[in-house]
Amino acid sequence: MSAASVAAPPAPAPARPQPVAQWLSAARLGLARGGIEIWQTLTYWSDLLQVLFFSAVSVVALFVMRGHNVPGTSFSLGSLTLPGVIGMNIAVGGVTGVTALLAIDREDGTLLRAKATPGGMTAYVVGKIVLTAATSLLSLALLLIVGLLAFPGLHVTAVGWLTLVWVTALGLLATIPLGILLGSLIADPRFVGLVVLPFAGLAAISGIFYPITHLPGWLQAIGQVFPVYWLGLGMRAALLPEALRSVELDGSWRLGYVLLALCGWAALGLLAAPPVLRRMAQRESGSKVMARRERAMLRRN
Amino acid sequence: MSDVAAEVRDLRMSYGAQEVLNGVGFSVRTGEVVAMLGPNGAGKTTTIEILEGFRMRSAGFVSVLGQDPARAGEQWRARIGVVLQSWRDHAKWRVRELLRHLGRYYARYRTPEITRPWDTDELLDLVGLTAQAQTRVGNLSGGQRRRLDVAIGIVGRPELLFLDEPTAGFDPAARREFHDLVHRLTDREQATVLLTTHDLAEAEKLADRVVILAGGTIIADGSPDELALRLSGKAEVRWTRDGQRFVHPTEQATAFTRELFRQFGESVEDLEVRRPNLEDTYMALVQEYEQ
Repeated sequence: MSAASVAAPPAPAPARPQPVAQWLSAARLGLARGGIEIWQTLTYWSDLLQVLFFSAVSVVALFVMRGHNVPGTSFSLGSLTLPGVIGMNIAVGGVTGVTALLAIDREDGTLLRAKATPGGMTAYVVGKIVLTAATSLLSLALLLIVGLLAFPGLHVTAVGWLTLVWVTALGLLATIPLGILLGSLIADPRFVGLVVLPFAGLAAISGIFYPITHLPGWLQAIGQVFPVYWLGLGMRAALLPEALRSVELDGSWRLGYVLLALCGWAALGLLAAPPVLRRMAQRESGSKVMARRERAMLRRN
Repeated sequence: MSDVAAEVRDLRMSYGAQEVLNGVGFSVRTGEVVAMLGPNGAGKTTTIEILEGFRMRSAGFVSVLGQDPARAGEQWRARIGVVLQSWRDHAKWRVRELLRHLGRYYARYRTPEITRPWDTDELLDLVGLTAQAQTRVGNLSGGQRRRLDVAIGIVGRPELLFLDEPTAGFDPAARREFHDLVHRLTDREQATVLLTTHDLAEAEKLADRVVILAGGTIIADGSPDELALRLSGKAEVRWTRDGQRFVHPTEQATAFTRELFRQFGESVEDLEVRRPNLEDTYMALVQEYEQ
C-alpha cells in the first residue's frame, strides 16, 4: 500500500518464516497482550470485582464457619475448608472464567480481530492464559493471606509451599484448556450459565465445603473424576496439619493421585482444546459477529 | 504477483440446497478501487468473506495476492487489511495502545519495499484520532470508532484492503469525513481497495470500477460512466419554450438536441440533458435482471 509498493512491481513473497520463529513471536505478543489486559483488569473496578468475587464470598462464608470446630476435634471448620476453597478458586478462574472471556470476545469481535491479524490467534490464546493465571494467582494470594493471618491452625511447611506451587501450576494447566474448550463450544454468552451451574454442582460433590467422606459412594466416585476434588485435596495437603489427613478418603493426602489426576486433565485439555478452538475460529466471520450483535441488541430492547 | 490483486472465477457457494453464489467472476487490479454493489441477500458479504479467507467456498477459483485465501497462511494475512462494520472489540483498550499493539504483529512481515507496520502517531494523524489517542476505545463515537477500524485495517500497510459497508449507519458529516479519509488513502498511498456498499453515491465517489452482484451472479462490471452509457437510451432532455416546460426521453440525446435547436433556435431556453447517474443505472440493471 505504500507508494513504493505500487511504483515498483510488487515484491515476490519473502522467504517463508520458520513456523517456530513465527510462533515464538506471536507468543511474545501474547505476553504483551496479557500484560496490558492484567493492567486493565486491575484498573477496572467491575473487572476486579468479578475476578475476586468468588474468593471474597468464600472468605465471608469461611468467617462464619470459623467459630465452629470439626466434630470431635478442636480444629476450626473454617480453617479446614479454606484450603479446598483455594483449590476450587483455581478451577473457577480456569474453567468458568475462561469460558466467559471467550464467549464475550466472540460476541464483540475481539476473536475475529485476532483472526484477521497475522499470528493473532496464538497471541490471543497466550494472552488469555497469562491474564487468567495472573487473576487466579491474585485471588489465591488474597485467600492465602487472609487464611494464614485470620484462620488458626493453617501453616505452611517448606514441603507445603512446594506442594502449593506444583498443585497451583498443574491446576492452572488442567483447567484453563478446559475453559478454552468449553468457551469454544458455547456460541452465546447467555449460555455460559450452562457451564457455571454444573460447576457449582460439581463443587458440592468435590469435598470443598462438605466432606466427600460423608457422601454416598457413587457420588464420591463421580467427584473424584473431576479436577476440582483433586485441587482441593492437594491444597489441603499443602496447608493443613499432617494429622488431619485422617478425615480424607483412605486417610491419606494421596498426592500421587493428585499429580496423576491433574496431569491427566491437563493432557486431555491440551490435546482437545486447540483443534476445537481452531474449528470455532475458522467459522468466525464478520457476518457471524454481526448476526450475534443484532441478536444481542434485540435482547436488550 | 502480477498487476492483478484479486481474481475470482466461477465462484460458487451453497448452504445446503440454497445456492447463494452461482458463478461469480471479477478481478481487482493493483491500485484500483472497486465497489461491489447489490441488493440485500445478493451474496456481497459472502463473496468478500471468501476473499478475506474467513469463509470456505463450495467451488470455483479464487486468488488474492497470488494465493488461495482458503489455504493461505499468516504471511498472506499480513498483506491484507480488513475493515468490518460490526466490530466493538477491545473496548477497554486505549486507542493508541491498541493501534501500537496490533501494529507489532506486522513487524516481522516487513519487506524492503514495504515498511510494516505504519508509525502509530502518523497513522493516528492520518485518520484524525490524535486527540483521542488516550481515549478508551469503548468511549469513541460511531464515526471515530470506524476511523479506528480503518486505522487498524491499514496498520500493516496492506497490499489489498477490504471495506465491508464502511459507512452504514453514518450521519452525512461522518460519511463525508470517511470519504475524505478513503480519498487520502487512495490518492496518497495508492491503496488497492475492494469495498461493498449500499450507498450508490458513495460508490460513484470512491470507486474506479463498479461490479453489481444480483441473485448470486455478477450482472454488470465497469466504471460508473461505462455503466451509465449502457443505459444512454434513458437520457432525458428538458427545456422551456415560450414559458412552457418540455421533457423528452430520448435514445439520441445529442441528435435530438441538435434537431431541437435547428427547429426552434433562440427560443429554446433552460436546456438540460440529464444522463442517468449510477443510481438510475443500478436500479435499471437490477430491475432488468429481476425480470
